[in-house]
This record gives sequence, C-alpha cells and structure tokens, in this order.
Amino acid sequence: MRVGVITFPGTLDDVDAARAVKHAGGEAVPLWHGDHDLRGVDAVVVPGGFSYGDYLRCGAIARFAPVMQEVVEAARGGMPVLGICNGFQILCEAHLLPGALTRNHKLHFVCRDQWLRVENNETAWTSRYDRGAEILVPLKSGEGGYQADQRTLDELEGEGRVVFRYVGENPNGSRNEIAGISSANGRVVGLMPHPEHAIDALTGPTDDGLGVFLSLLDAVVSA
Amino acid sequence: MTLDTVKNAEATPEQEQPYRELGLKDDEYARIRDILGRRPTDAELAMYSVMWSEHCSYKSSKVHLKYFGETTTEAMRAKMLAGIGENAGVVDIGDGWAITFKVESHNHPSYVEPYQGAATGVGGIVRDILAMGARPLAVMDPLRFGPADAPDTRRVLPGIVAGVGGYGNCLGLPNIGGEVVFDASYAGNPLVNALCVGAMRVEDLHLAHASGTGNKVILYGARTGLDGIGGVSVLASETFDDTAGKRKKLPSVQVGDPFTEKVLIECSLELFREKLVVGIQDLGGAGLSCATSELASAGDGGMRVRLDRVPLRATGMTPAEVLSSESQERMCAVVRPEDVDAFMAVCAKWDVIATEIGEVTEGDRLVITWHDEVVVDVPPRTVAHEGPVYERPVRRPDDQDRLQADTPDALPQPAREELLDLVKTMAASPNLASKKWVTQQYDRYVRGGTVLAQPADSGMIRIDEDTDRGVALSTDCNGRYTRLDPYAGAQLALAEAYRNVATTGATPVAVTNCLNFGSPEDPAVMWQFEQAVRGLADGCAELGIPVTGGNVSFYNQTGATAILPTPVVGVLGVIDDVRRRIPTGIGAEAGETLLLLGETRAEFGGSEWAHVVHGHLGGLPPKVDLAREKLLAEVLVAGSRDGMLSAAHDLAEGGLAQALVETCLIGETGARVFLEGDLFTELFSESAGRVLVAVPRTEELRFTDMCTARGLPWRKVGVVDPESTSLEVQDLGQLDLAELRAAWEGTLPALFD
Repeated sequence: MRVGVITFPGTLDDVDAARAVKHAGGEAVPLWHGDHDLRGVDAVVVPGGFSYGDYLRCGAIARFAPVMQEVVEAARGGMPVLGICNGFQILCEAHLLPGALTRNHKLHFVCRDQWLRVENNETAWTSRYDRGAEILVPLKSGEGGYQADQRTLDELEGEGRVVFRYVGENPNGSRNEIAGISSANGRVVGLMPHPEHAIDALTGPTDDGLGVFLSLLDAVVSA
Repeated sequence: MTLDTVKNAEATPEQEQPYRELGLKDDEYARIRDILGRRPTDAELAMYSVMWSEHCSYKSSKVHLKYFGETTTEAMRAKMLAGIGENAGVVDIGDGWAITFKVESHNHPSYVEPYQGAATGVGGIVRDILAMGARPLAVMDPLRFGPADAPDTRRVLPGIVAGVGGYGNCLGLPNIGGEVVFDASYAGNPLVNALCVGAMRVEDLHLAHASGTGNKVILYGARTGLDGIGGVSVLASETFDDTAGKRKKLPSVQVGDPFTEKVLIECSLELFREKLVVGIQDLGGAGLSCATSELASAGDGGMRVRLDRVPLRATGMTPAEVLSSESQERMCAVVRPEDVDAFMAVCAKWDVIATEIGEVTEGDRLVITWHDEVVVDVPPRTVAHEGPVYERPVRRPDDQDRLQADTPDALPQPAREELLDLVKTMAASPNLASKKWVTQQYDRYVRGGTVLAQPADSGMIRIDEDTDRGVALSTDCNGRYTRLDPYAGAQLALAEAYRNVATTGATPVAVTNCLNFGSPEDPAVMWQFEQAVRGLADGCAELGIPVTGGNVSFYNQTGATAILPTPVVGVLGVIDDVRRRIPTGIGAEAGETLLLLGETRAEFGGSEWAHVVHGHLGGLPPKVDLAREKLLAEVLVAGSRDGMLSAAHDLAEGGLAQALVETCLIGETGARVFLEGDLFTELFSESAGRVLVAVPRTEELRFTDMCTARGLPWRKVGVVDPESTSLEVQDLGQLDLAELRAAWEGTLPALFD
C-alpha cells in the first residue's frame, strides 16, 4: 500500500502522518505541493499544519497548489483521501467535502485529548472500528468549528456522512458536534482531530488512531 | 539627507552625534572615536550602540559570568561540544547524537506588545538553535506575571500566551513545559523566557564564523524593514520610564511571521544536509550589525558587505537603519563560491529570498559599503567582542538582614481541623493551580516525539525512533527564595530543575540559564546577581554538570523597584530508553505504595503557604544539600531503569500536600495517606530534596532496600487506591477528587476566560 503524504510549505504533521502509515504497514510516499504527479499512490493523506501560513483563510491557498488539482481528480475517480486538521480545511476549500471550519467559539487555540464517537464505520478510513466506538485522540486547532448550512447538515446526517462526533463538551463550537465527515461515496474523509498522533501510548494518549490507517489498508487491498 | 560616509566623517570631526539617545555613555562614545581615530559614521554609531548595549555586550555581567568558566572542570567539559559564547551550548548525549539548548529572555518587548513580544521571543531562540546546525525539536516558556487578579495581568497574560502558542504552533514545535508564576514584583515587568532544544548528529555541528578568503556572505529569509530598530538598546537596556518619549518610526517590538520561520528551518536544514554552509549566524537582536560583526570577528579574516544589496520591505531606509533593523526570520551564511549556485537552488525550492551581500576578505576590517561608498570601516572584534566591561559597585542590600530576621516562625499556623481545607485552598491559589488554561493553547503533539509534557515534572522528547534514546528538560526558579538568599536561591533553582529531570527517569547532564534581574546600576541588584551566579556555578561544580550557555536580562524593574531576582535554571537530562520514563500521575499499575524520599523539616521561609495565607516574605529559604540531590537522582534513575517506579512527583512549592493533589488528579486515581509528626509541617513544608514515588507492591522491598543501602531516607506515606475517588489523609478526612479538580483547574479560567 503506497500512501502519498503531501507537504505544503507550512505543513507540520507530515512526519507524523508518514509514521502512522508505516505503523499500519503501508509505505509513505512524500508528495510536494508543486508536484503535478501523485507518483502512483493508492491513497493520499493531506496532513495538518499551517499551509502557506494560513494567513488568509485556512486552506484557501493550498487548494490551488498543483498537487491538489491531481488530488481532486483522483478523488473523483474514487481514490481514498484523508484530510486531517489543516488537511480537512483544505479538502473543504477544494470542495471535496462540504462546509467550512471556523474560529473556535472560545477564540483560543485548543490542544487536548478528545473523545470521539465513530458514527460511520463504512468509509475507507473507518472500517476497523465498531460503529459507536469511542476513541481518544488529540485535538489541536484554532479554527476547528465545523459550519454548514442547515440543508447540508441535514444531508450529512441523513446520509450517515458524519463520521466522527465529539463526545462531551463541544471543544470548538462545531455544529452538531461534528468532528469529521465523508464524501457521499465514503472515500474522502476529513476530520479536525489527529488520529496520526494516537498510534502508540508512548507519544500519544492512546493507540486509538491507528485504526484509521489500518482501515485504509483493508480498503486498498479489497479494491 | 546626505550619506554619512567614512570620508564625510573624516572631514567633519566636530559634527554632533546623538550617541546619548542611542544609549551610549560619554566615555563609551569617546572610546569609539579612539578605536576609529575619527568620529564614527551614522552607520558605525548605530552598530556600536546596539552591540555595546547591555543586552548584546554583557558589559555589566561579564566580570561575574567568568566565574562559570573558572568553576567548570575538565571532567565537566568532557561531553561539551560547544559552550558559553556560541549561539547555544552543545552536549554529546551518546550514540552519535548532540543536543543543543538555550533559554533567552524577551521580557521588555512582551510588556510593550504582549503577543508579538512573546512570539518573536520563541522565533529568536529557535533560530539560535538552528544556527548550531540542529533541527529544533521542542520549546518551553518560563513565564512570570504580576498578581493573577491584577487588571494589567489580564492584558499581558492572554496576549503573551497567545503569542507563544501562535508562533510555536504555526512553527510546528511542541511546547513541552515551562512555568507560570505570579508575583507582585513582576507587575510592571513580566518575564517571558523562551527555551528551545534541538538535536543533530555530532558531525553536523555548525559554528558561527566566517572563514576562507573569497567565501561569499549570503543573507537569506525575510526582507529587512523598519521594525524593531534599536530594540536591544532601547528596550532591553533601559527602564520604561526613560524611553516613553523616544519611540522610533515603527514600534521597537518586532513582528513575527512563523510561517516564514518554518520554511527557513526546513530550507536551512536542507542546506546543512547538502553541506553548502561553512559558517552560519542567525539575525536576532541588533540584526545585521550583530551578524556581520560576529561572523567576521569569529573568523580568520575580514569581511566586505554591500549593504545596498539587502532586500528591503520599506523605502528610503538609511544604512544605519538597515544595519540595526531587527526584522525577524533572517539568517546569514558563509558559503564557498563554488556552492553558491546550489545554495541558491535550495532557497528557490523553498521560496526563500537569498542574496549575496558580501564576501570574506583578507585583513581584519569589516568594511560595509552603500552604493560603493564606504559607510563602515571597523575592526569587527571591537564591535562584537571588545565592548566595554564594567565592574559595577556591589553592595549587600541594607534590608537583607532585616528580611532574613523576619522569619515565618511567628506566623499563626492553621488548627488541625483547618488543614484539609487548606490543602484545597492552596491547590486553588494562582501559583499552585493547574496551568491547563495556558498549556492547552500550546501544541504538545506535533512531530510525534513528545513522551512527557506539562504538567509532568519535566518535558521529555524521543530523539531517535530506532533506539528510543531521548532527553528531558525542566526549568525552575523560585524568586522568593532568591530574594531571601540569592546564593542559596540559585542553588535551589538548580536543585529543583535537576530533581525534576531525574524524577522522570533521566540523568541530568547539562545546565543553561536565563538570569533575570533589576538594574545593574543598583549595587544591591548587582550583589544579588553576583551571589546568584556564584551559587549556581558552585552548585553545578558540586553536581558535576556544566553550564553550557545562558542569557542575562537586566533592567527588569518598574521605577526604582526591582523584580525578585529570578535566575531561571534549565537542566537537560538524557534517558537511554524513553519507554522507561516515570509518569507524574499515580494509578498506572494495580497496587502501588506511596513512599516519600528525603527528609522533611519545618521550613517555611519564602514558602507558598506564607505567601498565600499571610502575604509574608522573610526568613531563610529551605536548606540546600546538593550531595543529597545527587544521591536522590541516582536512586530515581536506577528505579526507572529497573522498572521499580510506576510514578514519581517532585515536592516543591506547596510541599507534600500539593504533590499529593497533583499526582492524584493527573493520574485520576485516589490515595490514602498516613502521616506522622506535625501534620502542618508534613503537608506544607517546602524542604528541598524530596520526591513522592509510587512503587508497585512487588517492587517495594527491592526499592526500599536500595534506598536504605545507599543511605537515602525514605518513609511509607500511603497507598494508591484505584477504587477510591478521593484523597484521604488519615486522622484529617477525605477530599473528593472531583471537588479538588474543580478547585485546582478552576482558578485560571475564572480569571482569564
């Protein structure tokens, strides 16, 4: 399994995403923001960070990077794509996922160990979890409040496309406590929390996040 | 305005110059004229004034700092690859890895503009680490503020915390520790110290020097603007009252751009990997003045710089302004001519602006031209290394005896039935309360190497993923102890940082410091400084670990009142296998016994109890016993290595009571405690050299036998009780953990949300 991990200038969690892919038994393939080529990967992770500094609006510039044109095209063809944190913001800006991420409701950056409920285990990135399972992974973001219009929210809820939901106190004011969503075909998933920071209990709060990358292994092998 | 060239200066020897406004004294100005044999040009005056400022030249502290070198033995130096005088100290930690770490102050800018002051403090220290050739791996920030409930603290603290987080988070460095301390003496002068630690392979060490005639000098990173001009001379070297009316065109506080710094880091590391750099220097305080003169001064030749080539972001800047601008996110490299193209290609890949601005020349002059006219022609050592040195008057403060005689012995102590409530009240007091409100604004996970972070006793990061080798870091200082006895206070700071590192299972190996004091022109402050330096140096010699670097920040005062003397001490430890780390919270294993290592005496001078309950500061600080600290550390490291300890927590401010509260709350587990003797002393004394450990029952005998054999006093003080939801103190009663948590965690949000 070859999984591309994109680095934009300002990407920070690319080393962690690559490590998580390796822990799950995959090969991490570095992709550069200026590349016009996905180097034959089976899936792509768009990691967290502050692409191009995110001084305009998170992800607003990264969506125009050459490599993102390739990602959008591949995603339309069914390639699994995971956007974590800034990656989620970029996927929303690129219209691979609906809605937008806004400033946390308390206006502070929040770094904490966050409980999430897996609401949908039928996506390419969540098949290893039980539906309704609760997992503990780090959340660390300043603009993590998920926003969408009512119709989009109804659609997401109705189609079971809310993949992860915050458990307990809403950490950032996300509507419907949404932590992560998927595309209609379940191949593209974006979430604000960081499963790649929870692959062992030494450097993360748990190893609960590893399931995301193991799920991908299943999705790629069975495809 | 005509350009003030060297020729012009020679022709107009009598021209009046604003040297006093730039912070130079009459005799300093006279010395510059003497060195040059003429009056300095505007540009030269700008260079000398910033480089001879207190901040850059260490002119008041130099005579005292020498003592660190005098007390460092060859054995202590054995693992040191670079020491005081370099951008940061470097230590060999084995397996071919070298660690570099340093703390710096950014106190004054952070008071003027909290967010940017704190942000650029992080940026500056990270570039220092980068300039050694290392990848920066983590940061931590020791912070000190006025009273938690003071209106100005509400202005300063949230901005500083957001600045530290905003810059560090965007830069992608985990924040793994630090301190937040409140005291009235910091009300008009908060302390913002920033630490960074980085790692490299031993052979990749880079030192700042410009060698090899014909080598090119390349400036790369951000453009140069009008921000921060005169920052070091204006802000860091005077008290605020003097300077209010003398602002420059733009605020003297620089503005940070962490994205540019992140790119600069990755770009620099690629340049190092490709072996394209001969010498490197970051641009921080004093900007290009500092970088060019230091590089040239440390090399073996002279340097010629074409200043008009420097990419600018403002129009109409004068040579003096370009030289003294403190625009952030810039580096200066010395590169072999044949590597220039490859160097430029790497910079282009990262979209980093790089410009060849000069070259290393024969001879020993630093010559700077502006459109082919010579505006600077100086011996670089006179700018960078041969600044003025002052033997400031030193005098023990008149009130020191009175202060020490005013012991806490007469303070009313709580009745037995009040003790349990006091545990909770103390846990909720600002200095002891949970700092989660602050630290949850910092990313502690990025890069995936963080093994321990706040609120653990020390931060710990994994250096090598294959071998699990790692380092631990802690910073500490209790300014009240140092006020009561600066010599002992500095040693207590050292002892606590040392103990904190050992408490997580790491072996302490090196020390850095950030010495924050009042005005050096006050003999009482200089006495505090001299005593603290001697205490710290003697302490390091006794513990056998070297001071590898440090920073001095003077003029920390409002009006005539100095801050508490605050020598922040950072200790670096090494751990062979980070999987052996000792956590701070109990409950990791079923069936644990709680042991108290060390001895408890009735020591309340400078204690948190005297401060919180009585607002009292007097007497003597707790006794220091460094031989005992060393033994304690050895026992803790042995306990970690042999898997005998399941948790450990250092006893510090607030004593055993606070350690118990924290170990229970962090571990989310209850405990039953039985104490003997005077319960007030047992709970709240701040005797040094003590650690609370949790030992699995199966290891209890083995561990206590080891303590006894090695002569370390120990006492069983309780048991961990996973079934319990409270902290029970025998004969006193129980404290519900949920209530305790609400008290401990509620204080800061109530003040700052």
